[in-house]
Parts: sequence; structure tokens; C-alpha cells
Amino acid sequence: MKHETIEKNVGLMIVLIIVALSFGTLVELVPLIFSKESHEPIAGLKPLPALELEGRDIYIREGCHTCHSQMIRPLRAETERYGHYSVAGESVYNHPFLWGSKRTGPDLARVGERYSDDWHRAHLYNPRDVVPESNMPSFPWLFDDEVDGSITGRKMKALRDVGALYRCRHCGRSIRSRRQERNRSPCCLPATAGHLAEIEALMDINELRGLSTAFLMLAFLGLCIWAYSSKRKKSFDEAANLPFADEEINQRTMREQDQEDVKND
Amino acid sequence: MTSFWSNWIIILTTVTLVGLLWVLFATRKGNQQATDQSTGHPHDGIEELDNPLPAWWFYMFLITIIWSVGYLIVYPGMGNFAGIIGWTQVGQYETQVDTAEQKYRDMRDRYLALPVEEIASDPAVRKMGMRMFANNCAQCHGADASGRYGFPNLRDDDWIYGGDAATITATIENGRQAAMPAWGSIIGDKGVADVTQYVLTLNGRDADPAAAAAGKTVFQTYCVACHGADGHGNPAMGAPNLTNGVWLYGGSEEQLAHSIRAGRNGAMPAFKGTLSEDKIHILAAYVYGLEKQ
Repeated sequence: MKHETIEKNVGLMIVLIIVALSFGTLVELVPLIFSKESHEPIAGLKPLPALELEGRDIYIREGCHTCHSQMIRPLRAETERYGHYSVAGESVYNHPFLWGSKRTGPDLARVGERYSDDWHRAHLYNPRDVVPESNMPSFPWLFDDEVDGSITGRKMKALRDVGALYRCRHCGRSIRSRRQERNRSPCCLPATAGHLAEIEALMDINELRGLSTAFLMLAFLGLCIWAYSSKRKKSFDEAANLPFADEEINQRTMREQDQEDVKND
Repeated sequence: MTSFWSNWIIILTTVTLVGLLWVLFATRKGNQQATDQSTGHPHDGIEELDNPLPAWWFYMFLITIIWSVGYLIVYPGMGNFAGIIGWTQVGQYETQVDTAEQKYRDMRDRYLALPVEEIASDPAVRKMGMRMFANNCAQCHGADASGRYGFPNLRDDDWIYGGDAATITATIENGRQAAMPAWGSIIGDKGVADVTQYVLTLNGRDADPAAAAAGKTVFQTYCVACHGADGHGNPAMGAPNLTNGVWLYGGSEEQLAHSIRAGRNGAMPAFKGTLSEDKIHILAAYVYGLEKQ
């Protein structure tokens, strides 16, 4: 294939660029998606209980993660200050994870139980009341806001569907996802036909994600083929040249004008 | 990583490197000298020339590919192949920690063997202690250790739980949980007001004598168990001295009444799991040796 062919054929160039760029993703990302290390929870890891789950959502709402990371790197300077470095298995129930990418304030991954509740209240009301040097914003409205727990259960269900290991209320056994649930002996389910049918009907969200990605990719490729096929080239070229059609008329009229000017002189 | 994904990475990485080399050489055909030959694409009078890639660019590209091959041999990158020097991120971290451990072990053991009182004035201990204090304690007690509303001043002579070296160490290790109950519902509004007046008299401040007398009776019934008959407090229970004018939550009449009515439950977290024994030892020495205000 000649260099010139690629350069003069935008559709082909797009496809080749995508192929060239996809190698990085295929090598660095795809194996991680399927790796055990990023899916297996560490021993004793539990999904957040209701109150902490709502707290986490407030943490996200107020944008705490834009200034605080939750990701201690394996560097001595960090572990001396914050505690043991973070591992992938700690975050498997976090959707979305809140590792953060910037530290304006300190890392919070292991801040639990480091300060008293009173301190946190004083600090959230006005950080400068307890740390005069602080540049953290105040969050006084948190003291008036009331948590509406009406959808907490649905949030937990949604988290369960993406893998959080909540336990069955009836028998205490762990329930990981609807897919595992339907493969399991009916102990932790009220085994009515209707209930099971409902579970069968719901697809694992990861299957849905995979399918939608594949569908969009196919749609994109189809569009590329449609747009750059040689059959349609002629009509597209005509459409592309439409703006210049006027220009010809303009040029003609300009020429006529010029001729008139010459005559008048 | 399973062998499938390992092979996946190895094959794709190799294909990428070979592909890059191929593109580099495939586009290098023809004359290697700049000829200023036009490609025949003038744009607004600017001509595009068909010159080869500059030599320095070409060789840089080549060097990066050679470098990457060396890198993939030395460091982990090719799937499950660990690299010939066996480098890992965690391994590097552990080396850092071990090096620090080697470096500081003797000093730490020396300080750990000495009592807190003795090392409290050692300049090295003060310097280390100051940094640890800034990292772990200053958030509540303040950078200068003089405390805040609800968080005790560590630089006065008044200690809620006791200021001897062993108690300071125990406080840092295990934390503290204050347990002043809320008396409002037990002694009523009048009881709260009366006891407040009585506590004012303990400090020699102006108070309503009749209310204070009534308050004394209530105090002798309910408060005496922790704060003592004369209000001097009891460090063993963390009951503060009410006669020396030092107030954790402010000494105004309103604050006193609020403390009595609603109780106070200040907490100091335990640092046993967070900090190692030697660090707590040095921190205790730092707090013990803080210059008094």
C-alpha cells in the first residue's frame, strides 16, 4: 500500500489510525479488565453499609474526590504518612472508584478512625476552626441537610448487580450478582417462579456494557464503510463542492463588473 | 496473570515493535538526500516538498525501539516474564523501607531503651517529635500544641488524664473517651442553672449566692463522684479540675451550663495501630518536653 494512497483516502487513514492506537489499549487495558487481581476482593472486605453508602454519595456530591485522593502509592514517604499502600482488591466494590488524580488535601484512604467525630463535625463546619492553615472550603449546609434514605435500598441493589457482595437477608449467604444468584440453589431466594423469571430476565450489567460497546463499534465501522465507499464518492464530492458553486457565479459577475468598469473608463 | 493474557501481551507487543520498524523502513525508500522535489501540492503558494525523514529523527526513532527492547528484557513488561533484574514496584518499596530500617534501627533502639523523661530534651527527639506531631496531632491540638475549642492545650500545666510520661504514652497509645453525661433531664433546668452558679463560685467568680448554695447540694449528689467534693477533678476518670480556670469548652456561663445540660464526650483516637512503639515513645517525649506557655 502506497503512502500516497493512505494520505489521499481519509477513510482508510482513520481506520489505520484506529488500528495503530488500539494496540496500547489492547496490551495495557484489556488484560487488566480480565485479571484476577482487579476483581478479587481482599480478605474481609465488605461493601459499605447503608449509612456509609449515603455518606459516600455526599462525598461525591460535594466533590471531595477532586482534592482528596484515596490511593496511597507504594512509596515510603506516603506509607509513613498515610499507612499501608492501596491495593486493587480494596476497591472492587467501589462504583465508581474514588482514587482521585490530584491531592490538594491529604489522601483519605486510611483516614478512618484517625480523628474523633467531633473533630470531623468542627472541621466540616469550618476547617479553620481546627486547622488555621487549612484552605479547605467550609461545608456548613451539611448540618442542615437531611439524608433521604428512600432510595438507599435501590442503590445497594444496583451495587450488588455490579458485584458488591451484599449478604442475603434470609440466609446470610453472599449474593454477588444476579447471574450467580440464578445459578445457585434456591436457599437464599424465595423460590417462586415469578421471582426467578424476573431474575432471568435481568441481564448482568457487564454483559450489557460489553454488548453496547461492540454494537457501537460495529455501527461506527459500518458508518465508515458507508461514508467512504467508492459508489457514493461522486455524490459526496458534488455535495462537498456545493459551497463553491456560488463562487463561480460571483467570479463571473465580478468579471462582468470589471468589463463594465473598463468600458466606462 | 493467566498464560493466555501473558501470551496476548507478548504477541501484541512484539507485533507493535516489528510493525513500527516496518513502517519506519517502508517509508524510507528512495533518495535519502533532501532534493527539494515538490509533491505537486501547492497550497496558497506554499509548496509541499517530498523530502525523506530527517536523519536525526530517523535514528532517534530507531534508538527508542532498541531502547524498548532492552527495557523489556531488563524490566517486567512481556506478560509473565519478570525481567532479568527481577524488579517489582512492591519490591522497590520494600527495599526503601528496609534501607530506612537499617539506617534508623540503632538510633530507635537507643531512644526506646531510655525513659521518656530523659530523652524529652534531646534535640534530635524534639525535631523528630515535632514532625510526627505536625503529621498526626496538630490537626486537633494545633501546630503549636496549644489546643482549640474542645481539644486540650498540651502546653499548660493542667492535664485532664495526667501529665506524667507514662500517662501521656498511654493516652497516645489507647486514645481517650470522655464521658460527661447529659444532666439536663436528670436535674432539670433549675438544677443546671444552680450547679452552674456553684461552679462559678469554685473559681471565685461572681455568682448568685442562693442559687450557688442550692447548686452545691446538687453537685454533692451528682457531680462529686467524678469531679470530687471540692471540684478538683480526677485524672483517673478524665474528670477535669473545675477550680483552676482552665476550660476545654470555654468558661462562659453559657458554655458551663451547656456542658452540664448536654454533657461532653470529647474523644482522642488511639494511635497504637497507626504508629509504631518507638514513634509513640518519641512523640510522648516531645509532648512531655513541650515548652510551657
